[in-house]
Amino acid sequence: MIDLSQTSSQTAQKSSTRKPFSLGKTTLTVVSVLTYMFLYIPIIILVLYSFTTDAFGARLTGFTLSWYEQLWRDQRLMGATLNTLYVAFVSMIVSTIIGTMTALALERFRFRGRAVYDAFLYLPVVIPEIVMALSLLAFFSFAFNLIRQLTGIQLRNGLATVIISHIAFSISFVVIVVRASLRGFDQRMEEAAYDLGANSWQTFWRITFPLILPGIIGGGLLAFTISLDDFIISFFTTGPGTSLLPVEVYSQVKRAVTPKINAISTLMLAVSMTLVVLSQVVQRPRT
Amino acid sequence: MNDGIAIELDDIVKSFGDVNAVDHVSMQIRDGEFFSMLGPSGCGKTTTLRMIAGFEFPTSGRLKIHGKEMGNTPPYRRPVNTVFQSYALFPHMTVAQNVAFGLEMKRVPKEQIKERVQKALELVRLPTFGDRYPRQMSGGQQQRVALARALVNEPEVLLLDEPLGALDQKLRKEMQFELKRIQEELGITFIFVTHDQEEALTMSDRIAVMNAGRVLQIGTPTEIYERPNCRFVADFIGESNFIEGTVRASNGQYATIETSDGLEMQGYTEQPVSVGSSVVLSLRPEKARLSTVNGNNSQKHEANTFPAKVERVSYIGSDTRIIVRLASGRTIDVWEQNTRSTLDRDAYWQPGEAAILSCSVENALILTS
Ligand SMILES: Nc1ncnc2c1ncn2[C@@H]1O[C@H](COP(=O)(O)OP(=O)(O)OP(=O)(O)O)[C@@H](O)[C@H]1O
Ligand SMILES: [Mg+2]
Repeated sequence: MIDLSQTSSQTAQKSSTRKPFSLGKTTLTVVSVLTYMFLYIPIIILVLYSFTTDAFGARLTGFTLSWYEQLWRDQRLMGATLNTLYVAFVSMIVSTIIGTMTALALERFRFRGRAVYDAFLYLPVVIPEIVMALSLLAFFSFAFNLIRQLTGIQLRNGLATVIISHIAFSISFVVIVVRASLRGFDQRMEEAAYDLGANSWQTFWRITFPLILPGIIGGGLLAFTISLDDFIISFFTTGPGTSLLPVEVYSQVKRAVTPKINAISTLMLAVSMTLVVLSQVVQRPRT
Repeated sequence: MNDGIAIELDDIVKSFGDVNAVDHVSMQIRDGEFFSMLGPSGCGKTTTLRMIAGFEFPTSGRLKIHGKEMGNTPPYRRPVNTVFQSYALFPHMTVAQNVAFGLEMKRVPKEQIKERVQKALELVRLPTFGDRYPRQMSGGQQQRVALARALVNEPEVLLLDEPLGALDQKLRKEMQFELKRIQEELGITFIFVTHDQEEALTMSDRIAVMNAGRVLQIGTPTEIYERPNCRFVADFIGESNFIEGTVRASNGQYATIETSDGLEMQGYTEQPVSVGSSVVLSLRPEKARLSTVNGNNSQKHEANTFPAKVERVSYIGSDTRIIVRLASGRTIDVWEQNTRSTLDRDAYWQPGEAAILSCSVENALILTS
């Protein structure tokens, strides 16, 4: 009932600073250096070759910006670039909106079949892209057949089908990123807002949205990047006459690798890297 | 208009699945009262508070705020505000924006908001902190911001869920004082949840002691401590010696009990007890007295007097805590205040010493069950 032995024994813990095993440290350093070399040397070579004067882009014979200039004048390549940016932009906007709403629904509501719905959402991330591409292709031809039979209008694959496919593909990624930020979100913030007189709408826009915005932006940028460099799905779902940058690059490479291809690759690399860095920056936890 | 009753809970039940988190709770909280809910972890304090705030709705029973039935009224339409245990400050807003939030939701004019925010920050003694972000403040300061954010709305009732739980001892004492000052200054009803009995005793006008979803006793701190109505309350608030026995004689507010180890004791009871019923006698250690065998003390003539032997002694500065053993083998805790400053060894009890244990009839409370 009453504890009379009130001895507060505090054992001081001495932190011992042990030297890491130096052979292990050396090994790890070597392995990491090799890994980074393995990852980045090809990319560095690609970037260097985009500036070479050698017409076959196989040797470093001198420095020139002429390939970038030629890019600018290549109608096909520029058209494909614009198409790609357009597709990436639209699919980013749409998939971010749908993905965010889906993430909110999955995190907030308990409904029947939630677990199943949950599992199916991640499927597009893990199934082979070629399967995804073929199934989309099959779906479009089925849908267009149906529409033709019902209305007599014949639709064809084109930018719209690519956009729809990219949206379908990107939603999962957006959901994953937004859900991660919702998990870290303290729901008591919302209760506090209700308590202070805010209704659900006001609470969402004043509290929830600003707090998960980094996650939403991160998800959107990811969707943009994925769309930007997607080859397989774009290749299968695009129509004649509408070309996308990765597909166009591929078809030019089949003929000959010129430093012009290296130049456009370097530009794509720059854009992708900027976006990835950007998405990391906005998702960085505030301190 | 509403008989001075701020909150009325009428037979409230809240179940989660087949667990009754709150089990037939009824209480009335008066206007301007500092009312505490005290109980062990999981007894339903937070759930009760959340039902008043409107975050949860009762499974059955009725809840009225100022005479108005709440039913399914959402939190944002109730005249109450909450101070959360975790503070729940909005991290993307400055302190001033946090405090202004409630007023903005009520569409108070801008100039007025600024003025009231400043006044609220002055009330919690943070007048110059408006431009900081919550993360740039200490725990105690965040606590005050949470308080200002709630108080600025001039709620009729303020709900506080263990608001001082995360603070260290010193800051806690300071904030207890601040809270009490603010409550008295504004005259708002405070409903304060805590599992710290000392905090509840020092701050409250009245306390509800809860256990396992039920309210066991509601009363002033003195009533709760001096006249607990059951063993749980006597045990939870402060310390006590419990002596079980059977009623041998009963005379209104006084009764004589006999214990299994053959002791006969007289005690005081609020409700008459019937002869033959089994009861428990509660004796607070500071109300038991110990005297030397050969001294001629008047205590020896008290109703409850037993020869005892000192078993253990611990000196804790203000008090000396002694465990004595009676002839029957039973041990009793006795606390003696050290009222005399001395190093004389003879002034303190020594283990093995013989003594007389006594307590007055009024200090031996008979509790049923
Ligand atoms: N949302 C919920 N779902 C299921 N059970 C719940 C829920 N909320 C509370 N409970 C249960 O109800 C009981 C009372 O919980 P409550 O949070 O009210 O306790 P408390 O008195 O505030 O405890 P503490 O002092 O630990 O905060 C507990 O047994 C708890 O497990
Ligand atoms: Mg609680």
